[in-house]
Amino acid sequence: MSQHLIFNFRLYVAGDALNSAQALANLTNLCKTRLPDRHQIEVVDVYLEPKRALADGIFMTPTLIKLTPTPTRKIVGSLNPMQPMLLLLGLETSTA
Amino acid sequence: MKSTQSPLAKSPAKAPSGISGLDDITGGGLPQGRTTLLVGGPGSGKTIFALQFLEHGAQDCQEPGIFVAFEESSQRIVANAESFGWKLDELQEKSLFFMDAQPSPDLVQSGDFDLGGMLAALEVQIKEMGARRIVLDALDILLVLLPDPPAIRREIYRLHQWLLAYEMTGIITLKADGDQTSSIGQQPFGFMQFMVDCAVILNHSVELGVSQRSLRVQKYRGSSFDENESPFLIGKKGFEVAVARTLDRMDANVTNERVSSGVVRLDTMLSGGYYRGASVLITGFSGTAKTTLSGAFAEAACRRGERTLFVSFDSDGSEVIRNLASVGIRLDDYVKNGSLRMVSARAITGSAETYLVRIKTLAQEHEAVCLVIDPVSTWSKSGNDLSVQNVAERLIDWSKAEGTTLVCTRLLDEMSSLVEAGSPLQISSIVDTWIHLNYLVQAGERNRGLSIVKSRGMAHSNQVRELILSDAGVTLADTYTAGGEVLMGTLRWEKESAERIAHEAHDAAVKLKRVKLDAEEADLEVRLKSLQAELTAKQTEKALLVRATLSHEGEISQSRTRMQELRGADGETPTEEKPQ
Repeated sequence: MSQHLIFNFRLYVAGDALNSAQALANLTNLCKTRLPDRHQIEVVDVYLEPKRALADGIFMTPTLIKLTPTPTRKIVGSLNPMQPMLLLLGLETSTA
Repeated sequence: MKSTQSPLAKSPAKAPSGISGLDDITGGGLPQGRTTLLVGGPGSGKTIFALQFLEHGAQDCQEPGIFVAFEESSQRIVANAESFGWKLDELQEKSLFFMDAQPSPDLVQSGDFDLGGMLAALEVQIKEMGARRIVLDALDILLVLLPDPPAIRREIYRLHQWLLAYEMTGIITLKADGDQTSSIGQQPFGFMQFMVDCAVILNHSVELGVSQRSLRVQKYRGSSFDENESPFLIGKKGFEVAVARTLDRMDANVTNERVSSGVVRLDTMLSGGYYRGASVLITGFSGTAKTTLSGAFAEAACRRGERTLFVSFDSDGSEVIRNLASVGIRLDDYVKNGSLRMVSARAITGSAETYLVRIKTLAQEHEAVCLVIDPVSTWSKSGNDLSVQNVAERLIDWSKAEGTTLVCTRLLDEMSSLVEAGSPLQISSIVDTWIHLNYLVQAGERNRGLSIVKSRGMAHSNQVRELILSDAGVTLADTYTAGGEVLMGTLRWEKESAERIAHEAHDAAVKLKRVKLDAEEADLEVRLKSLQAELTAKQTEKALLVRATLSHEGEISQSRTRMQELRGADGETPTEEKPQ
């Protein structure tokens, strides 16, 4: 069932900071390999949209929020290593 | 106390902290546009310190502020701060902004991150409200999430640079492990103390079961500051740092006005009474009438219509009133009409610092002109010696600055000598007038002796006088010296009677002598009169004699003429040769 769910991600990055770029690369890579054709990634640059960061309570960058499927999850960091994220998304067990 | 002309303040611009005492220590406040690190253990008052700084900026300095809360939620912080009377709700609308930045408990951290999001969000907020001050409360919560020490270091530098770039006057609070503020140096972000321009350490320790809070400015770049630990208190209006004496302390107004001590003859001994605004110390063993003497002062003050605060540590206010009534000092009327306020300080527990602050508050509430503290030696039971000494000094300092006439008593240990040697509370050197009460044991009696050990700026008697308590009131008896000793009690009475008897005897002797002399005088006068009478008699007799002789001679001459006439023929000559 979960194979057909669409994963909605929102990634808050701080301009072209190294860890933000790493996080984006890691996320894109993961989606390509594990969630082909069933993912959406929205990238928010806190420098360009600081009010949004303030409203959303984003204080650490990069921050990845998984909006769907529920529950909403929040991961902070460059997503390196990938393991905690896979566990959180429930992908590690399902594809093992 | 404004310190605009302070010798300490000729340094970089300072942002007044609004914390009473701290601005004196730092000569004006925290460094403007720079970062201050605030380190303290649990419950040491970091958040209150930081919040008070923001509140003061927003309320009084037109410097809006941002509070970034990493630990507690902003609602709780605002609610907790309510008790200090800060109108945070009003301020929150325009000049105070709370940013909740607590990491959520279910936050997953994977890999490196930075504080870019927070800084971007803050930038917007700063521009929007024109904020000048910022507090990052419990930054360590966020820092420990970072994967490694280099990342922590990088983010701290990023934050610091950012604060400097925006010229924000910032406070970053950090926890210290337990009470060991030195342990912060070992933590990964310990180097922050070296990086920031100002570091303040809050300490909360317990000594002999009494809580003691103290604050120390560890560093302050580009400015001189008081480097010592200063005790502080979290009171009704927030932080209150106790400063004994700063260089720019203003001199108190001194007057030559005298106020009565309540004992007429003591006023005479002091050539007019205490100076207004002076500090008077009355020392003595228990039962030497220290309370009575201070009660007399309070009564005299109330009679002059001056508002007086009487703080009693030994007994309840009502007890003091009853006991003093027995020696003719009636205070109950003044309590009723509100000019006298009795405070029994037994109810107050805590450090000497607490006592001082409460007494200050009570005195200000009562608008007291005269203050009695009986006895201050109670303080030596609480806290360490240094702080007690410090508090007593500040009490005197404060009362001088306020122009309050202070009478405090100090119980001396019966075993100790007159001098305060070995006592933690050596305030005799800073008081203006020191009256010592003593028992003098003489001829099987104990009598109360009063002497003035010192009294600055006035002539004062050097004699030991006997203090007499009676229904009629307090008075000092005349002194009798005999063989170099002041006579007291029965001996004085004996001496007085002996003198009276001697005086009477002397009087009688004088009278007797006068009577005798009177008698002699009268006698002489009588004799004088009789002699005069005799003289008159003799003179009369003499006059008679002269007249008799003359008449006799006349008669003889007449008879001779008659004979010649009768003889007729005889010549003159024979009658002359043969008379008769």
